[in-house]
Order: sequence, then C-alpha cells, then structure tokens
Amino acid sequence: MMLSLRVSVWATLAALPLAVFTAYALARWQFPGKQIVNSLVHLPLILPPVVTGYLLLMLFGTKGPVGGALQQIGIVFAFRWTGAALAAAIMAFPLMVRAIRLSVEAVDPKLEQAAATLGASRLMCFATITLPMILPGLIAGAVLGFAKAMGEFGATITFVSSIPGQTQTLPSAIYTFLQVPGGETAALRLTLVSIAIALTALLLSELLARRAADRAGGR
Amino acid sequence: MLTVTLQHALPGFGLDVQFEAPPGVTVLFGRSGTGKTTVIQAVAGLLRPDQGRVALEGEVLCDTSRSQWLPPHKRRMGYVFQEGRLFPHLTVRQNLLFGQWFAPRDAKRESLDRVVELLGIGPLLQRRPGHLSGGEKQRVAIGRALLSAPRMILADEPLSALDEARKAEILPYFERLRDEIGIPMLYVSHSAAEVARLATTVVVLQDGKVQRQGTAAEVLGDSAVMPAGVRAAGALLQARVARHHSDGLTELDAGGVPLFLPQIAKAPGSVVRIRISAHEVILSRQRPEGLSALNILPGTVEHIRSGAGPGAMVSLTTPAGRVLARITRRSARALGLEPGAECHAVVKTVSIAPEDVGSGG
Repeated sequence: MMLSLRVSVWATLAALPLAVFTAYALARWQFPGKQIVNSLVHLPLILPPVVTGYLLLMLFGTKGPVGGALQQIGIVFAFRWTGAALAAAIMAFPLMVRAIRLSVEAVDPKLEQAAATLGASRLMCFATITLPMILPGLIAGAVLGFAKAMGEFGATITFVSSIPGQTQTLPSAIYTFLQVPGGETAALRLTLVSIAIALTALLLSELLARRAADRAGGR
Repeated sequence: MLTVTLQHALPGFGLDVQFEAPPGVTVLFGRSGTGKTTVIQAVAGLLRPDQGRVALEGEVLCDTSRSQWLPPHKRRMGYVFQEGRLFPHLTVRQNLLFGQWFAPRDAKRESLDRVVELLGIGPLLQRRPGHLSGGEKQRVAIGRALLSAPRMILADEPLSALDEARKAEILPYFERLRDEIGIPMLYVSHSAAEVARLATTVVVLQDGKVQRQGTAAEVLGDSAVMPAGVRAAGALLQARVARHHSDGLTELDAGGVPLFLPQIAKAPGSVVRIRISAHEVILSRQRPEGLSALNILPGTVEHIRSGAGPGAMVSLTTPAGRVLARITRRSARALGLEPGAECHAVVKTVSIAPEDVGSGG
C-alpha cells in the first residue's frame, strides 16, 4: 500500500503551496470575483465525489481539453497514479484552505505593518512574520488534507479506476477485496494498516503543531 | 527636515494640514480624533492620503499630484506603535535585530550593544514578548525601531497604553534618543506633560487643521492654544541647575530668579526645562511675606483671557520667561489685574513634580 501513501503525500505536498496562497488571498486581499474564487475552492467539498471525478475525467482525460494538451508534452493523468494524486489533491484542497485561512485571519495585520516599517518587503513580511505564525494552522491543514487524500474514494475510482499496482489506493483495494468471497482477511489487514497510518499521522501532527503553537504564542 | 502637506477625508471631518518638522523632536499635539494618527501613518506610508506630498531631506516619499509613492518598507522610518507590536514568535534579541536584515549596508546604524545599554534591556534579550511587562515591551519597541537604521523615528502615542508610573519610566528614554542619539523624531501626543518634556517644535492640530506651530515654550505659554484643556495648561521655563541643598532641594537659576524644587538628578550647570502648571500658580500684587511658598517670580501682566466659566487665564512676562496662571475672574477683578500691571507669581516647590522636569532646551 505504498502506492496509497505516495499518492497522498504527493497530493498534500502539491496542494499545500497553492492552498497557502489561496488562503492568504482570501483572508487578506479584496479583489473582484473573490466570492467566485471562494465558491470554486469549496466546490469539491459540496459536490458528490463521483461528479468531481467525472469532471476530472472530462477535463484531464486523454481526450479532454486539458488532458489532451498535457499529453502532447508527455504528462498523462488518466488511469495513472498521478491521476489518483490529482483527484486526492483536489478533494483535499478545500479542507486545507479552510484550516489555513482561519490561522491567517488570526495573525494581526498590524504585525505585518510593523515589519514593513522595519524595511521588510511584502514577501519578506510573509516569510518572516506570517508564515511562522500560521505554522500550527498550516500543519493542521496539511494533516487534514493528508487524511482526506488517504480516504478519497469516489473521485479517484471515477477518474482513474482501480487498477492493482497502478491506481488502486487503500480504500479502493479494501472495497475490491470485500467484493470477492474470502477477501475479508485481506480487507481486515488493510484496515489495520489504515488505522496505523492515520494514528501515526495524527500523533506526529499534534507534536509538530504544539511546538509551532508554543513558538507562535511567544512562549 | 520633513515637510508634510496632506488632505484626507476622515469620518466626520476633513484633514487638511501643512507643516514642517525641523531637526529635533516635533510633537503633533491635539485631542484624540483630530487626525494625528492619520498624519503619522501617511508619513510612514501605512496610509495613502487622498492628496498630498511628503518629503524628507528633499527626497519625495509621496506626491499624489505626480503619482509618486514609496512603499513603507523603502522609507526607512522607525515606527514606535502605541501597543508595541513586537513579534510574538521571536525573542527580544531577534525582534531588535529584525530591521537590520533590511537596512542598507552603508546606512549609519547604532550597535546592538549601545541600544541595549541605552534602554536598559540587557536582561530581557533571551525572553519572548509574551513574558514582558508593558513598559519593557515599549522599550524593546523603541530599540527595534532604532536598530533598523532609520532616517527618522515616528512615535504614535507610545505612552498612552501605559499607567502613570510606566509613563514616567519610558519618557526619559525618548529624551535620551533626542539628546544622545540626536535622531529626528515625529511624536504624536495628547499630553501637555509629554510636549513639555520632549518637544523642540510643537504642531497643534485641531479638527484636522494646524492651529499653531512653534517652539514648546511659545506654544505652551500661549493661553489661546489649549488643546489638552485648561486643566492641563502650564507654561514652560528654561533654567540652569545652580546647586543642590542639603535639605533635599535643588536650586535653579531661571533668568536671574532663584527657583527651588524637590531634588533632581542633574549636575549643576546643566540646563533643564520645567513645566509650571497654571492652576498651581498664585498671584499677588505685593511681594508676599510670611508665606511658605519658596518661589516668587516678579512679572508684568501681558493679557488676561476669560472663558465661559468662572476662570481666567493670566499670562505674565517674568525674567524667567512667560508664566501662565489660572485664577478666578473674581480674583482678577479684586486684584485690579490688567495688562501692564505689576504682579508676583507664587509657585509652591512641591507643586513641581519630577515628571514636569525635563532635560535640555
């Protein structure tokens, strides 16, 4: 089940920078179309996952407008593990943005002003003040996203199906085992693995988040 | 020299000011809600004025008529905020050094050691802001601004969030910035006591307009300008420390007149400025005798200004400088006070509080 881990880790890592940027923009900036962006970000959370998967298939399939173009330069998502990662990332994205946005809103913009008067450009303000202070929220968002990516089923199976060794993630493997007689043992084994991964991730994030919160809180 | 011309719409009134801040400390003095903070934020670049021009030493920081705008991080203005605004995730030391990363290499800068020594914050360096008292935070904030190699310090009511004891603790540090570092400063305040201690130049703001601009002695001695209200009125005298007496008094020489006050920690010969609260002054036509008050300043009535209430503000010219006295209109009539009348101002020694005595001219 290293495949499932790989899919989730990549999905989380790829979505994180964009999630931080989106969260910062939604929390701090006023721009036209802000509500539309906000709705688009939340769409995967509201839509049935199967619909999201189908939309992805239409867009990123080898005959889709985006997938076709990407195929020209050798990038294929459909029915590959990368596709599973893309589906997981898109499903995890809204959860990550929500968690990070909350922590950006908790950072006093007055501190960013103070950093500016001390000579820090906007980018430096973000790197030295905002980013360290939102670190607990960022970790929480990443873990939430990771968990969502691990558990993603509907969009993944619609977009990339469940090909053993290629696109068969943990949930789809469990589901497949349960469809055949005598597969319960295998399913139970996978369930235990799943629980172990979840617990490890949770404990690790708790540890990191607490340390980051101590720093950000000035203790 | 900082030159400022600003127009900006604020809720309820329009700000329309023009002033210059020569070297030394320029205090923007006025009641709260007269637009002082808006002015200082526009100078720092934290606020874009509707119209205006700000220039420092000939360099234009903002000119709306030519769409010129220098962002705050390029202005090199050391800003001391009302509530400190230290970075909670950094230690005191890291806070202090924050601005040094961004200052130009060739900028004239103070060393960390000197600033730490000047502000007495050595024991705090390894702590985080969450563990500091209000006064300590403000001292670190001053140091942080100073260490960013600023061309000017901007201070927006830096004492208003502190209690009286802490205010008295922090004020001397601003005096040291003025006298020892010699950095130009724009300081926003609504307190006459702070103006008396710090200002070389005072710009009085009222309802978004500059009501008066002048030296601290001129503005505080002018009974027509009372932005902090008549109760806070009081003229500023300059004097030289003559000698310390063994009974706990310090004798000053104010234009040839001896003045006694509770002992101050200043060497004989040094120049001090003292604020004489108008309501602590008693007037007498004859030179009083058999009186417990030690300070008697002979003078001449310059003018008398009566308000709507029972009080009157008398300005006197004395050899020590102008003195304001707040008395009742009834007393003014009974004494026959009128412009040109000879008169003595009587000031109790103990009415001159230590926080009314500052250093320098």
